[in-house]
Amino acid sequence: MIDRRLLKNFDWGILFAVLAISLIGVMTIYSATRPVLDAEQQTYYLKQLYWICLGLICFFVVVSIDYRWFIKSAYVFFLIGIVLLILVLVAGRKGSGAQRWIPLGFMSFQPSEFFKIFFVMALSRYLSGIWRNEILGMMELTKIVLIFVLLPAILILKQPHLGTVMILLFILLSMTLTVGIRKKIVVVGLIIVLISLPFVGTILWGELKTYQKQRIIAFVNPYVDQQGEGYHIKQSKVSIGSGGFWGKGYLRGTQGPLRFLPEKHTDFIFSVFAEEWGFAGSILLFLLYLFVMLRGIDTAMKARDPAGSFLALGVTAMLAFYFFINVGMTLALLPVVGVPMPFMSYGGTALLSNFMAIGVLVNVRMRRYPLFY
Amino acid sequence: MGKRILVWAYIVGVMFIVFFLRLWDLQIVKGGEYKRLAEQNRLRVIEIPAPRGVIYDRNDIPLVRNIPSFDISVVREDLPQDPESLAAIGRLIGLSAAEIEDRVEKGGEDPFGPVKLKQDVSFEEVARVEARRVDFPGLQVEVVISRDYIYGELASHVIGYLGRLTLEQARDPDYAGVPMRAFIGQRGIEKVYDRVLRGTAGEKIIEVDARGRVIKVAGIQPPVKGEDLKLTIDLKLQSEAEDALGGRAGAVVALDANSGEVLVMASTPAFDPNLFARGINYSDWKRLARDPKKPFLNRALQSQYPPGSTFKIISALAALEQGIIKSSTRYQCRGSIDIGGRVFKCWKEQGHGSTDLYKAIVESCDVYFYEIAKKIGIDTLSKYATDFGLGSPTGIELAGERSGIVPSAEWKLRTKKEKWFTGETLNTVIGQGYLSTTPIQMARLMSAVVNGGRLNKPHLLKGQDDRGKAGSTVNISPENTRVIKKALMGVVADKTGTGRRAASDIVSIGGKTGTTQVVGGKKFSGKDIPERYRDHAWFVAFAPEDKPEIAIAVFVEHGGHGSTAAAPIAKRVIEKYFKKEVVSTE
Repeated sequence: MIDRRLLKNFDWGILFAVLAISLIGVMTIYSATRPVLDAEQQTYYLKQLYWICLGLICFFVVVSIDYRWFIKSAYVFFLIGIVLLILVLVAGRKGSGAQRWIPLGFMSFQPSEFFKIFFVMALSRYLSGIWRNEILGMMELTKIVLIFVLLPAILILKQPHLGTVMILLFILLSMTLTVGIRKKIVVVGLIIVLISLPFVGTILWGELKTYQKQRIIAFVNPYVDQQGEGYHIKQSKVSIGSGGFWGKGYLRGTQGPLRFLPEKHTDFIFSVFAEEWGFAGSILLFLLYLFVMLRGIDTAMKARDPAGSFLALGVTAMLAFYFFINVGMTLALLPVVGVPMPFMSYGGTALLSNFMAIGVLVNVRMRRYPLFY
Repeated sequence: MGKRILVWAYIVGVMFIVFFLRLWDLQIVKGGEYKRLAEQNRLRVIEIPAPRGVIYDRNDIPLVRNIPSFDISVVREDLPQDPESLAAIGRLIGLSAAEIEDRVEKGGEDPFGPVKLKQDVSFEEVARVEARRVDFPGLQVEVVISRDYIYGELASHVIGYLGRLTLEQARDPDYAGVPMRAFIGQRGIEKVYDRVLRGTAGEKIIEVDARGRVIKVAGIQPPVKGEDLKLTIDLKLQSEAEDALGGRAGAVVALDANSGEVLVMASTPAFDPNLFARGINYSDWKRLARDPKKPFLNRALQSQYPPGSTFKIISALAALEQGIIKSSTRYQCRGSIDIGGRVFKCWKEQGHGSTDLYKAIVESCDVYFYEIAKKIGIDTLSKYATDFGLGSPTGIELAGERSGIVPSAEWKLRTKKEKWFTGETLNTVIGQGYLSTTPIQMARLMSAVVNGGRLNKPHLLKGQDDRGKAGSTVNISPENTRVIKKALMGVVADKTGTGRRAASDIVSIGGKTGTTQVVGGKKFSGKDIPERYRDHAWFVAFAPEDKPEIAIAVFVEHGGHGSTAAAPIAKRVIEKYFKKEVVSTE
């Protein structure tokens, strides 16, 4: 369990920041799903509260175990994650066109959410094992991709869940770049990507699902299909823009409850928030996220060993990418990708994995000094 | 590695700056525009039509009222998709499933609003739908205020009817603020006083969700009811007149002899304005528009025919005023007269013998008036006719009034490019030839003759004091008027009078018959004349002898003789007028 002396270094700041964001999320979910017409049952905010409590428990469990144990067991976790990903394809429950959930009777969860944490752990272990202040070569990179990325990416794409695969790739990229990649490889890689983009793009385009194609079209020109995907982006912009500087006030937003804004309590929660709290509220919210990310990066810098650094960096990258992709989407800076806003969006498994990620950060930060008995 | 990690902090910082700028752009720079779009999303403005003003007759009896009518409509999203439920709804309101789908397909007036399935449903159907509301939540009963013309065809030409705002009207500033597709007056009083009757539409601002369901009423501006109108028409007299016309094509105009108030304006055949109240259907419209008897024609204002012998009132007055004759002047009537080699016949072939003015009017001797025509110039005659309001519209509120023709030498030169012949004066003096008048002109002429020459503007709106305003006064000597009036009394009272069929036990009536010859009618004789060749019948009258109150003109198209066809109608209306007077003084 946690040593008293460790508590001295417990990062209360980041915990309060994510708790604050989570509670803002609950409030916004309540507002977004509040019934306007008849006695529709609205229980999302309550469920989210339960999930936050569960998330806190997960957080403390993760904090209480020395992160070095996680590094030691990282490959086991990784294998468990792979098994779960296979299980979800075999016995998973379908929801909104994708097979992402494993039913557990009282609840169902998405293994792909947890897998990201396992992925960070496994990668941290591997990278800290080979890391000798040397930059990565071609052989190493290929090995990493083959061992850690290929299989899970295929499994997750099967569900399909494009957003998660993207996050995995981003995590990989951020961690390997931090280790260092030969300039030649980066340059050649960039050139290859740029040249092959049209070809791969054409092939991929044919492989994409209709809704995925629509999203890309809608991003390029949101006004092509007002009732389809373009509608999402347009209504999100209307919601955010109509908030103005001070916002319309809590429970005064109209876009969400009147259903003009789709996915209002999940992917577009920020649009609902920005409508009610305006520019002022959005900037405050942004500052909370900025604090969390900088704290994560700071933790990575101060960790006592490379494994801790990689762990902190990986989970921070995960949270940061979620944030930027989600908010970038609601701000119509990026195409619509089904990625939740960390701690804000309704969704249990994501919340658990986010709290676990914060747990990892606090864990690494708390144990940055060697303890002498 | 620490340095490389720090790079991420800068990347994060840059990202936040980008997001900050984007947020600034959306919320601060374009905030107003997006606010407008958000409001446009959720708010819809629904017009609340203003109740139209009610139209009353002169005795405050409503002629038109507003009644609720029920429409059944359906909210598109809530319409069941399975054919069985659709058929069940169909059975409920008497439509087939295909008909329902067709109507939903075509959509309603409002692309977001419910679709009208059936209009003007019966109360039983409303009850049936309400009872099944739980099973079919999409069905709605809408209450629409519609116009009910209580007496149907009665006075339909005066009251008029409603129709949808036309495209031209939508651009007309007179109709500013009238909602598109609103029903407004398109004929008669409904049209002329539409601005007064229609009131001001209100607005209801409702909040809807993305599926178009109404969440709440966000604001309401109540409509302002239109003003009620009181007409000068007397319902009982009007109804008597239309009864008396009895299905024949014709018109009756009765005026208050002193004020110009229109007591009766009947034109038959008429139409039922209720057909128009919710939009007339094509078959009804076709039937009415193609009817050879032209039910839309307001014969009181729009039929212009030679006035026949009723015009002898003007000829006699003109001759007296010009000193061409005195009341005692006598001429011999031998049944015809020869002027310049042409024979002009009196209607009575055996002739009237020695005839003075009184007898000439009472028995409607044509030869006596031919003698006048020999001495009076057409321009003098037409001046008197014009002074009494012929040849120009009376200026009554209703649209489409015709002016009739008062011929003169100048008129003939202008329109026919020919000079005037004396023979044509002979035709004119007995009210034939080019001369043409409308029934309302003749009614006004009649009242001017008996009220001391005041030419009042006939009007339909009670309470308007038009006395003297539009009324020019014809300068004729009271003595000459008295002579004419006495003769007109004789027309009805004397045994030899052509208007004796108008004689009443209740009140003393004076009048003059007229018969307009129809070209081609001479080929036939007796009663075998087909209707379309029969003469038109006229009768103008006033009552009582002392201080006349009512003046009337009756015109029956192809009715035959004025004495038989028109005079009895005038009698019925006048008697009704005075019976009412008796009742009200009791």
